[in-house]
Amino acid sequence: MGEAFSLALQLVTSGNADLYEIVGLSLRVSLSATMFACLIGLPVGAWVAISRFRGRGAVLVLMNALMGLPPVVVGLLVYLHLSRSGPLGFLGLLYTPSAMIIAQTILIAPIVAALSRQVLEDLHTEYAEQFRSLCLSRVQTITALLWDARYSLLTVGLAGFGRAVAEVGAVMIVGGNIDHLTRVMTTAIALETSKGDLALALALGLVLLVIALGVNAAVQSLRMSARRQAYV
Amino acid sequence: MSSIDTVGFAPQARLAQREANLLPLRVRGLELSCDGTPILRGLDLDLAPHGCTAIMGPNGAGKSLLLKILHGLIAPTSGRIEWGNQSPAQVTKRQALVFQKPVLLRRSVAANIDFVLKARGKPRQSRDALLDHVGLLHKARHPARRLSGGEAQRLALARALATEPEVLLLDEATASLDPASAQAIEAIVRDACASGIRVICVTHDIGQAKRLADDVVFLHGGCVAEHSPACDFFPEPQSSAARDYLNGRLVF
Amino acid sequence: MKLNQSFGASIVALTLATSAIAANQSIIVQSTTSTANSGLYDYLLPMFQDKTGIQVNVVAVGTGQAIKNAQNCDGDVLLVHAKASEEKFVEAGFGTTRTDLMYNDFVIVGPAADPANVGGMDDVQGALSKISDSEALFASRGDDSGTHKKEVALWADAGVDPATGSGEWYRETGSGMGATLNAGIGMGAYVMTDRATWISFGNKQDYEIKVEGDDDLFNQYGVIPVNPAQCPSVNVEAAKSFADWLISEDGQSAIAAYEVSDQQLFFPNAPKN
Repeated sequence: MGEAFSLALQLVTSGNADLYEIVGLSLRVSLSATMFACLIGLPVGAWVAISRFRGRGAVLVLMNALMGLPPVVVGLLVYLHLSRSGPLGFLGLLYTPSAMIIAQTILIAPIVAALSRQVLEDLHTEYAEQFRSLCLSRVQTITALLWDARYSLLTVGLAGFGRAVAEVGAVMIVGGNIDHLTRVMTTAIALETSKGDLALALALGLVLLVIALGVNAAVQSLRMSARRQAYV
Repeated sequence: MSSIDTVGFAPQARLAQREANLLPLRVRGLELSCDGTPILRGLDLDLAPHGCTAIMGPNGAGKSLLLKILHGLIAPTSGRIEWGNQSPAQVTKRQALVFQKPVLLRRSVAANIDFVLKARGKPRQSRDALLDHVGLLHKARHPARRLSGGEAQRLALARALATEPEVLLLDEATASLDPASAQAIEAIVRDACASGIRVICVTHDIGQAKRLADDVVFLHGGCVAEHSPACDFFPEPQSSAARDYLNGRLVF
Repeated sequence: MKLNQSFGASIVALTLATSAIAANQSIIVQSTTSTANSGLYDYLLPMFQDKTGIQVNVVAVGTGQAIKNAQNCDGDVLLVHAKASEEKFVEAGFGTTRTDLMYNDFVIVGPAADPANVGGMDDVQGALSKISDSEALFASRGDDSGTHKKEVALWADAGVDPATGSGEWYRETGSGMGATLNAGIGMGAYVMTDRATWISFGNKQDYEIKVEGDDDLFNQYGVIPVNPAQCPSVNVEAAKSFADWLISEDGQSAIAAYEVSDQQLFFPNAPKN
C-alpha cells in the first residue's frame, strides 16, 4: 500500500506522459458520455416527471431497472452493433474513443433519466399549479424545471459520470484497451493487475480516486454557493 | 360557399373570440365534490364587469377551490361557468392568480419577471417598470427565494401583472404578511383595479375587504349565502352566517 | 551472410517504402494477452512504425476471442497461438495465409510448498496426473484461449478428466493469463502459463516454475492477415506489410532481441524463403 502511494505520487509529479494521456482520455470519454447521457436522459426524465399516462408505473420500473445495466452487457451489445460484421460496422467506430463514448452513454443515460425524473417530479409538485395558472406549454414547463433544478441535476450528472469513469467492462470490449488509442484509467488498471504489477495498478487507482474527489469537490462547492442564493 | 371565404373568416372568428369580454361572470349550479364529499352544492353567482369583489366565508367553505375553478385550474363536478361566453379553461391565460404562498422560481427577482414575459412573448423592457411599480427594482439582482414574505408576494403580484391579465385573482394573498406588507400589496391591487383589471380576492381580513372590495360574496354551506355591496354587507349582513362570521363567532 | 542480411533488409525496406506513402495508416491486430502483457509489442511496434508510418493497434484478448473478433472482421491481422484453430480459420476463408512466427514454451508454476510434489519434473502428463491424484489445487484459464486449449489437450493426453474435480481442486477462472495467475497464486494452486507471461509477471510471490522442458509444452505462435475477400474493410496493404515484416529477417531478429530480466521471451521460427 505504501509502495502504491509513493508510486502514485511519483507518477503524478514526474509528469509521466503516458499517465496524462490515459487520464486525459478517461476524462474526455466519460465527460463526453455524461454530456450525451444528459442530452438524452434529462428530457426523458423531465417528460416522464410531468406526464401522466397509462403504463407510467411500468416505465418507472423499467427506468430504475436500466440503472443497473451491467457494463459488460452494454459493451457486448455495442460491440455487436459496431463490429464490422454488425449493422453499424460500416461506420468503422469499433476500437475508437467514439465507441467507448457510445457505450458509456448507453450505460449512464438511464441513470440520468431515472434520477432526474425524481428530482424534477419533486420540483414540479411545487411549481405545477403556478405553471398551469401561467398556461405554460409542455416545453416551457420542461425547460423551466430543468433550469431551476440545475444544481440538483449537477449531482445527477455526477452520479452518471462517476459510474462512467469507474466502469471497465464496457470500454474494455468496445475500446480494446489499445495503448495510446483507447486505454483509459480503468482498463490500464485491469491490465497492470493482469501483469501482476499490483502496486502500479493500485497507484493508478489512487490517481483515479483523486480525480473523482476533485470533480466531486468542484460540484459540491458549486452547489454550496447556489444554496447560499437559495437556488437549490 | 367557397373555401377562400372560410379561410378568410376563420382568423377573424378567432380574433373576435379572443377579444370577447370576459365579463360579466355567470355561474349556475356549480357543484364540486372531493373524494365523495360535497364542497360546493349548486352555487350560483353573477359578477359585474368592473370593480373588486371579496369572497369571504369560514374555513372550508370552498373559497379557494371556487377561485381555482373560476381560473380553470380545477374542473367542477357539475355546473356551468361562463366568462362572457367562454369556459374557465379557455380564459386561464387572460387571468392571473396570486397564491397565498408565492411560488417563485429559483432565480433572481428580475429573472422571475423575465420568465413570464418571455413565456408570453412580451418585451423585456417592461420588467423594470413592473419591479419599480411593486418597489422591488433595487432588488432586481437578488435571489427571489431570499426575499422576505412581503417582498416575495409583491414579486408574485408583479409577475401576475406582467401577463397583463384582464382578471386578477388573489387567494388570501396577504394572509401570512405583517400589516405593513399587507397594505403595500393592497395598494398595488387597488392600482390594478383602478386601471380596469377586474379583481376577485379571497380574504379573511375584514379590514382589507372593507378597504378594497366593492362587493362581497359570502360563502356558506357550499352556496352563496349572501352577495351584497360592501357598503351594505359590513354594517348590515343579511344572513345569520355572515353575521356570526363578522362577529368572530364560529360558523357551522 | 552479413551481405545477405543487409540485402534482405534493403528489399524489405524498399517494399515497405511504397506502402509507407500511405502515411498515418493504422491497422488492428487481434492478439493474445501473453504477447501483449510481456511487453513484446511495446518493443516491436515502434520499430515497425518508424519504418513504415503504419500505426499498429493491438487488441489483447484470449486466442478464442481474438479469432472470433477477426471472424467478425474487427481486425486486420491475427496473431495467436492455437495452430489447429488458426488453420481452421484460414480454411474457412477468414485469413489469407498462416505463417509460423515464433515460439516459446508453457510451464507449470506452483507454490514453494509444492503439495503435489511435481517440482523438477519434465514429463507434463505425469505431473498433471500427480496433481489430479493428490487433488492439489489447479487454476485453469477456462476461457477457450490458446493456453486453455493446450491445457485441455494435455489433460486428455494424461488420461485425466479434470472436469470431475471442477469447483473442487480444478478451478476454472474464465479470465486472462494474468488474472488467472493472480487468482491461482491467491489460492495456492498450480497454474499452466506461457513462459513469456511468467517471466514478465510482477506478482510471483513464492511461486516458481515446477514443470518445464517437455516437448509437449511447445507453444507456437502464428500470424495471419485477415482475408479481404471475407472482410472488405481490411487494410490489405498495411496488414500484409506488417505480417511480412514480422517474418522478415528484420522482424525475426527484433523478436529474438527482446528480453525481460535478461531472458529471451520468444524464439523466432518463421520459415526462411
